Amino acid sequence: MSNKIDHSMSLASPDALNITTKQKIALAFGLIGLFILVLALFNVDFPNRAVFLTLSLGLVIGGTIVYSREAYLTKLEGIKNDGVWFKSLTSRGVLGWSLGIVLTVFYIVLYFFPALLGLGTNGEANTGLIALFDPLSNLLSGNNASQWFVYGTLYTVAILAFGYKFMLKYRHNRYQQLRTGSVMFFQTAFAFVIPELMARLNSDDFSLPYNDLKNMWPLNYYAFDQWRVDQFINAQTVGLFFLILGVVMVFVISPYLTYKYGKRWYCSWVCGCGGLAETAGDSFRQLSNKGVKAWKFERWMINSVLVFSIVTTVAVISTYLGYDSEKYWFTKNAFLISIGVFLTLLLAGILYYKRKELNKSAFRGAIGYYILTIAFLVFYSFFDLSQIKIDASYFSFGLNQNTYSFDSGLRSFYGFGIGSIFSGVIGTGFYPILGNRAWCRMGCPMATIMGIQQRLFSKFRITTNGGQCISCGNCSNSCEMGIDVRAYAQKGENIVRSSCVGCGVCSAVCPRGVLKLENDSMDGRINPTEVLLGNDVDLMDLLNKN
Amino acid sequence: MEHVVIIGNGISGVTVARHIRKNSDKKITIVSAETDYFFSRTALMYIYMGHMKFEHTQPYENSFWKKNRIELKKGFVETVETESKTLRFAGGDTLQYDKLVIATGSKPNKFGWPGQDLDGAQGLYSKQDLDSIERNAPDNKTCKRAVIVGGGLIGIELAEMLNSRSIPVTFLVREDSFWNGVLPKGESAMINRHIKNHHIDLRLSTNLKEIKSDENGKVKSIVITETGEEIECNVVGLTAGVAPNIDFIKTSNIETNRGVLVNRQLETNIPDVYAIGDCAEQRDGGIGQRRPIEAVWYTGRMMGEVLAQTICGNPLEYKPGHWFNSAKFLDIEYQTYGWVFADRGRPEYEEHFHWIHEDDTKCITVAYHKDTKQFLGINTFGIRMRHETFDRWLTEKRDVDYVIKNLPEANFDPEFYKHFEKDILASYNKQLQTV
Repeated sequence: MSNKIDHSMSLASPDALNITTKQKIALAFGLIGLFILVLALFNVDFPNRAVFLTLSLGLVIGGTIVYSREAYLTKLEGIKNDGVWFKSLTSRGVLGWSLGIVLTVFYIVLYFFPALLGLGTNGEANTGLIALFDPLSNLLSGNNASQWFVYGTLYTVAILAFGYKFMLKYRHNRYQQLRTGSVMFFQTAFAFVIPELMARLNSDDFSLPYNDLKNMWPLNYYAFDQWRVDQFINAQTVGLFFLILGVVMVFVISPYLTYKYGKRWYCSWVCGCGGLAETAGDSFRQLSNKGVKAWKFERWMINSVLVFSIVTTVAVISTYLGYDSEKYWFTKNAFLISIGVFLTLLLAGILYYKRKELNKSAFRGAIGYYILTIAFLVFYSFFDLSQIKIDASYFSFGLNQNTYSFDSGLRSFYGFGIGSIFSGVIGTGFYPILGNRAWCRMGCPMATIMGIQQRLFSKFRITTNGGQCISCGNCSNSCEMGIDVRAYAQKGENIVRSSCVGCGVCSAVCPRGVLKLENDSMDGRINPTEVLLGNDVDLMDLLNKN
Repeated sequence: MEHVVIIGNGISGVTVARHIRKNSDKKITIVSAETDYFFSRTALMYIYMGHMKFEHTQPYENSFWKKNRIELKKGFVETVETESKTLRFAGGDTLQYDKLVIATGSKPNKFGWPGQDLDGAQGLYSKQDLDSIERNAPDNKTCKRAVIVGGGLIGIELAEMLNSRSIPVTFLVREDSFWNGVLPKGESAMINRHIKNHHIDLRLSTNLKEIKSDENGKVKSIVITETGEEIECNVVGLTAGVAPNIDFIKTSNIETNRGVLVNRQLETNIPDVYAIGDCAEQRDGGIGQRRPIEAVWYTGRMMGEVLAQTICGNPLEYKPGHWFNSAKFLDIEYQTYGWVFADRGRPEYEEHFHWIHEDDTKCITVAYHKDTKQFLGINTFGIRMRHETFDRWLTEKRDVDYVIKNLPEANFDPEFYKHFEKDILASYNKQLQTV
């Protein structure tokens, strides 16, 4: 359109979007809280760290609470999306880009230069920002803080503060409130407090790895690394329980819950990545790309990451089974063969029973990736990966001069490329640019597994309500996973998509009550239609049966 | 190859084009003077409110049209010459057709109010209307107050839009309660209260006398008929309904009344010329209890679905199923299935059961036949209900008892929402006992 109005780069916004005095004060308090962290980062030595840490986090949380109450409780219950495409922060304007850059830099420092945050190396005391968190860390686990403790605390604070904001925003919607309460709980208890407290159990002859119970393989790509498995085995009953639980989660609990409720049981009710995306990232959900090209890219990307993660994990496990076989129940080849048989049976079952639901590209992709995976398994069985040496400098422009064995090279590259860069730097740092679920949509291998299941073996779907859709596009706009929800709704077709995380916001924002998240029978779940309900019965019969 | 030309790229025109393409290889051209690509008119309000950008209201990607070999022509048709099957455009160029579909939609009603064409007085229907409201009312400094004339669906949407930018709104409604030509009393009264809760200055039983101009020909104020009160304002929203947008046809020999007259097969009096959507008027009166002109999103779509069959050699009549519709009044969603009449125009056999929640944002009205107890229709506010279920119950001619007892089956609210079916049933039983 020639006369298109583009507000996003403008600093002047319509008047209504200005914030109230009370909100300005709340914002100031929150910023002071953050400023204390910045001062600590620049090595200002606070006299009483416990007091200043409490003050800082208290101001951030308190500021967010006051700000949100003023934003939502002063208005009637309802959809609160006024101006999201006008505000610089939420429409890739100057503020949005600035925040994106700040977050990205933070992640790069966190992952690769923790010393800059004040991490004490070689037994030295922490300084700077990390030292500020020592009192809290000591309170919980009895140890000094690490960069991961600082990150975990800030992460939890963000989910709690913005979770509260989200609950107020959707105070008319119990689905939104309950699932937000759920992610707030799982983050605080399972990802933060319990693992820290469990660290207290560790002693010289007993130690458990830091274990976030809900963080399953393959999202937790180091779940079956040798050091972790060894620690679990050495910790005997308790450790074995956690190790077996980890396997049972992947092969029993998750498939069962995904069958009953869809992958939302994890992605938008339990997961920490999802938790941050749904709370702190909620303001950016409209930024995900809904285009066909993005969807095509997504399909290749996310399935490739899954294959990468399987190939890597199998390489790591089969290697230590190879040189340490008497320590474990499995030998290397028994392990490789059972993985190969499992994947073959799984694929054969899908291709046979679900052949009608797979189109040509899905069929080709599955076969191609299957052959690739099996080729890797065969390769692993014939070679001792620990003896194959790789000079990392060839792959890192000389930045990394180490030499790795094949398995640990693969593992390191996965950890760096997927674990750090993709899920952290891009996944979260780019919230204000790519939307809040770029990682979940494009990279998370666990989302891929649950997604395949959700598409093929699940009761979950989003039902459309007959002929009521008016194609307005609020649903597609608010889909953080970039699903063009409207494309289905306007055809009266249920939405059964592997990527859907079941956040329910499409249903919430629909002005005509068209969308409902449901668990129901598998029959008729996928229902492509030519003509929608409401038209001539004979015409519907004629066309929808063809 | 037969050339089908469609005037109008709204939901009706685009639906007929898509379905012709599915069923045939005909050459298809869609003509529009409004926009390059199809967009959802119903979403215009969300652009002004900042929920979406204009491109988000386009249901198909721009590449869709080429891929499906649907040609798009931007241009304003001035005359239709049916003898030579030629369209003449404002620019002077022409286009030949073999079959012509008129799907030009509506335009806002103007009832001859003095000042109705001033700068700042406008309807809200087209993309151009959106551009002009953005120009006239970008914020509450440029537009210190807006007056909306006409208490219908577009009026309340415009009020919500202006409210989102903190522009004070005075809302003039001719009737003594909002939209009570369509809504029964209890519902209409609840919406009155909801409008006021949003700090909108709702004036019932109030008519517009005139719009006054400043020295630059811009809107300065309006005067109310009943009291003579003058209200200063910078924008006047004229939202007293819409009428078919068919001025360019009047010079042709295509027969028109208020709309383009069509038979049940959506054919006009001229062979190979059809009309669908808001601009079509059923020659023999409305189908069932429907109006002869249906300016509703989904009826346009349904007419497109049917006409595509006829054009592709499978002649069909337009036979819509049970009536349904929906809307949203600020924060309150409304759905209707079957027929529920307001006081005005209600058949003498139609009786109502009304339930309202104490929070004053949810209510339902169930209409039934007073003798046979047959279920006739339901209006639901603040509770979502399932189209499919009511469509089936209407076909099965269920009685009102059955419907009230089985309401949980029809519930379409999101999971974990509070349910009110027990309350409703209790209230229904109580009302029956007192009768």
